[in-house]
Amino acid sequence: YLFVQVENVRLLDRVSSRKATLGTLYLTATHVIFVENASETRKETWVLHSQISSIEKQATTATGCPLLIRCKNFQVIQLVIPQERDCHDVYISLIRLARPVKYEELYCFSFNPKLDKEERERGWKLVELSAEYNRMGIPNNYWQMSDVNRDYGVCDSYPTEVYVPKSATAHIIVGSSKFRSRRRFPALSYYYKDNNASICRSSQPLSGFSARCLEDEQMLQAIRKANPGSDFLYVVDTRPKLNAMANRAAGKGYENEDNYSNIKFQFIGIENIHVMRSSLQKMLEVCELKSPSMSDFLWGLENSGWLKHIKAIMDAGIFIAKAVAEEGVSVLVHCSDGWDRTAQVCSVASLLLDPYYRTMKGFMVLIEKDWVSFGHKFNHRYGNLDGDPKEISPVIDQFIECVWQLMEQFPCAFEFNERFLIHVQHHIYSCQFGNFLCNSQKERQELKVQERTYSLWAHLWKNRADYLNPLYRSDHSQTQGTLRPQIAPCNFLYKFWSGMYNRFEKGLHPRQSVTDYLMAVKEETQQLEEELEALGERLASLQKVQLNDNKVKSKQQDQNKELGRSTFNISLANTPQEYNNDLKSFPSRSPSQGDEEDSALILTQDNLKSSDPDLSVNSDQESGVEDLSCRSPSVGGCLPSEDSGKDSDEAVFLAV
Amino acid sequence: MEFAELIKTPRVDNVVLHRPFYPAVEGTLCLTGHHLILSSRRQDDAEELWLLHSNIDSIEKRFVGSLGTIIIKCKDLRIIQLDIPGMEECLNIASSIEALSTLDSVTLMYPFFYRPMFEVVEDGWRSFLPEQEFELLSSLTDEWRLSCINKEFSVCPSYPAVVIVPKSVDDEALRKVAAFRHGGRFPVLSYYHKKNGMVMMRSSQPLTGTNGRRCKEDEKLINATLRAGKRGYIIDTRSLNVAQQARAKGGGFEQEAHYPQWRRIHKSIERFNILQESLIKLVEACNDQSHNMDRWLSKLEASNWLTHIKEILTAACLAAQCIDREGASVLVHGTEGTDSTLQVTSLAQIILDPRCRTIRGFESLVVREWLQAGHPFQQRCAQSAYSNSKQKWEAPVFLLFLDCVWQILRQFPCSFEFNEHFLIMLFEHAYASQFGTFLGNNENERSKLKLQTKTLSLWSWVNRPQELNKYKNPLFEANSLVIWPSVAPQSLQLWEGVFLRWNRSSKFLDEAYEEMVTLIEYNKQLKAKVNALRRQLAELETDDGMQENH
Repeated sequence: YLFVQVENVRLLDRVSSRKATLGTLYLTATHVIFVENASETRKETWVLHSQISSIEKQATTATGCPLLIRCKNFQVIQLVIPQERDCHDVYISLIRLARPVKYEELYCFSFNPKLDKEERERGWKLVELSAEYNRMGIPNNYWQMSDVNRDYGVCDSYPTEVYVPKSATAHIIVGSSKFRSRRRFPALSYYYKDNNASICRSSQPLSGFSARCLEDEQMLQAIRKANPGSDFLYVVDTRPKLNAMANRAAGKGYENEDNYSNIKFQFIGIENIHVMRSSLQKMLEVCELKSPSMSDFLWGLENSGWLKHIKAIMDAGIFIAKAVAEEGVSVLVHCSDGWDRTAQVCSVASLLLDPYYRTMKGFMVLIEKDWVSFGHKFNHRYGNLDGDPKEISPVIDQFIECVWQLMEQFPCAFEFNERFLIHVQHHIYSCQFGNFLCNSQKERQELKVQERTYSLWAHLWKNRADYLNPLYRSDHSQTQGTLRPQIAPCNFLYKFWSGMYNRFEKGLHPRQSVTDYLMAVKEETQQLEEELEALGERLASLQKVQLNDNKVKSKQQDQNKELGRSTFNISLANTPQEYNNDLKSFPSRSPSQGDEEDSALILTQDNLKSSDPDLSVNSDQESGVEDLSCRSPSVGGCLPSEDSGKDSDEAVFLAV
Repeated sequence: MEFAELIKTPRVDNVVLHRPFYPAVEGTLCLTGHHLILSSRRQDDAEELWLLHSNIDSIEKRFVGSLGTIIIKCKDLRIIQLDIPGMEECLNIASSIEALSTLDSVTLMYPFFYRPMFEVVEDGWRSFLPEQEFELLSSLTDEWRLSCINKEFSVCPSYPAVVIVPKSVDDEALRKVAAFRHGGRFPVLSYYHKKNGMVMMRSSQPLTGTNGRRCKEDEKLINATLRAGKRGYIIDTRSLNVAQQARAKGGGFEQEAHYPQWRRIHKSIERFNILQESLIKLVEACNDQSHNMDRWLSKLEASNWLTHIKEILTAACLAAQCIDREGASVLVHGTEGTDSTLQVTSLAQIILDPRCRTIRGFESLVVREWLQAGHPFQQRCAQSAYSNSKQKWEAPVFLLFLDCVWQILRQFPCSFEFNEHFLIMLFEHAYASQFGTFLGNNENERSKLKLQTKTLSLWSWVNRPQELNKYKNPLFEANSLVIWPSVAPQSLQLWEGVFLRWNRSSKFLDEAYEEMVTLIEYNKQLKAKVNALRRQLAELETDDGMQENH
């Protein structure tokens, strides 16, 4: 499907307007592809249609018609198309392509990593929630699995297998569900083995100003009693109090402490999806500023309110983790529908409480548990299919950022690295894998997602070597027990994540990556250990042989050179930025040296060799574009660009 | 004067010390001529606080009944609290500390009394001499000479006794140029770029005044540094406006008409009280106990600290770019040439010259471009963030420089031989030290104070192997190339190691650092073992072969 092909398109550099590359633009069924003309490189930029969040056609200038493409993974692409008519064609096509109306149009249904059926099934089985609840110690004397929702009969946005207190009968569950928004009754999210305290989640009660529900009250009592060590239960409403009160007028609202026995009710003001959407929007505008001053940047960041929201989510998670681990009190968390803020807060709390969720596998399980299974509306929030723009909101992005903020504070606590988080974020939007399709388990089942698509977790797991945090050690003190972030005063602990929001502006990032350096050191260490053993054996046998019989001779000539980390001499061109515009107007002279002279011995993740086959897409640049139309989408993997390209300037463009 | 006269109460029992992130400690407080000492009486682990009086920036006292509280704010930004029973004792202690921390005679400072507890292997006072630097230069070019014109400090009181100037300019001409430059600071060599032979010079502003005075010798001197047919850049660290205003006070800038081979670029870098206020506001923001995220960011912004960092780094990058990319020589100056000028010339060298990124090279840079170049440390570092003296000459110029170095280090974590602790150590010693290195405002004053014989050099202490180990960056892999930092706001961060040092626990970050060191050390050990085994094997195999040949 080659829809459009336009020659002589210019791709502008966002940082330096002087730099632009000339090339050809292709639109296929799944990707926007830009191929540079320069014959020796023919650099390619691939962007999945599902990553496109907006397309803007700007006023035609003398040089052509500018087209601005903003992506959900925070890439911004600026093209200048010579002919207005071509630009219009591209624009119209992209609008259609970026807003599919049927799930079948999404990339995961055509993506084929050439795995057989068995491998695919094994991939889907990598993360199993029943095993996870077993790991937590459930079922036990207090908790059990309930099949009350087996045909999604009680709640269509819940999973079929839900975990509830043993004493909660089907009657109580169904009764409670009728008293909760979208029938999302209280169910177990996390159980803390050490002291029986638990985190449960639900939606808001339909209490209005005075309504009560006996079963709902019994349900909460059952949860409290499932933790015999504590005589009360926290009910945490993650909304600002004003929002919750407004809901009462609509017959919804929050729990009245007088009606429920032994609960302590607590508001934690996290703003709603609309506030968060506009906050991100404002922050991205700051990120997009051309050469902003320090004040522009800090003011913009502050006015966006983004870090304040991140802190609110963290504070809620910290509060719950503390209640569970230190006070031994169970917590019921809800917001309005219980699928956005509740998911954020439950998963942050779980991450703080349980070191397992800080491992790579555990993190996958956590997302599967608190987000996928409990009906976080991926399709609506991340705009996979064309829908209501007011439903879109960076809910899981915020959770992912919370994890990053924790990684910054506890550098040894997580098994995975920053790149892992970035790739997870990327694939939540990419629709290359089926994990995050639809709005609920029920919809995914109806769509037969597991039979028709592949699982992201298997893909990431296969390449886990790329995602390891070299500072992680399972016996390190930071990997034990609960994480306790500093609380007061800690505003300064929350920092702008340029690795995510400016991730395609390579020039803004540290030019040498400590993580990659240490990964290389660790890899070499492992090789050295193996070699040491082999050498020891050879030495022993040689000495033995020499003693016994001088005739035996071993030929190993290749071993005589001294060791050195070969992974390090890959260089990345490091070029000066525009420190002054005046320089341009100065009578020019030829540079004294070639530009290559300065390519520093720089380590960034760009240079790390990767085992991920998708990452090699860009090294395969010679492959002609003539046959793009027949190229299987499976080759055009969709990994974020930082894994490829040798040059900071190139990397800005390499999208796929 | 006897210190005893200033110490009204030498010792108080049952004093309680409060520090952030530490449990309170009860003990005996003692005042000596130079230290405030608190020692707990517990035998097991006698907690001790040793604080140099000169490190104290300001103190506050409070009373609740007869219990007095003294809050001590230090130049290294830490704040500690002492609870002292007895109003009289408390008042005595407070006034003693106040007197001892504001001694006005340099010769009463601790460095003149400090006796080292270690053996001096290498005398730091002789570690970095201009003559050595010149010798190095001579091996690369013969276009420069060492001039002793200032050996009596009479031509330029803030210059060292010897300076490097173009060979073609004689001392007589230098005298005339000195008269044409503010404070006698005629253009001297700051840096020679091996790669293309371009140079960076520094000076103070020319005294053109409103009449547009000119000085042929000045023009000749700076032109002498240009290659035939080449042009150069003058980087003026003031805005054009400020530079123009300076003419009314007799200062000014180089007119294009008189310096046709030079192009002037104005890059505004703030000075004096603006910087001091910035530091005060920044530290206030960092110490703010409120829980409001908004207030933090706007306070950080309002301090303008990071704006200054960005301005200074940008100017330095520009200077480096002119030299390395444009293949042009550069002259840098502001007004006096003792502050922003030195920030720019020293940072440009860190960008351009790999030697400056080693420990020794960096020390040499600090000596050359700050101490010998006449940055008035004593004036600038008299007070720090808690000062309320509002003296015009107090300014965190050197701290800003260190912060800029830290920013580059953060962007190129494998290209520096030293780590962050090294920079923090220099910050501390610039403000309060047992060593004489940062005393005085220039070489002239230092020689009058006879620091070389009466005090110990910081370098004598730092450069001992056991001390140096603390400051070595485990990630260091020599990088011989030019490193271009990013000056975008997203790339510049608050230097937490200095500004949040006392406000947050660094336990987890320290653990990560240790983990990193362990990983790298283990790797090195393994490598050594494997190499040894390989050699052993090779020998065995050769022996084997020889035996066979026999």
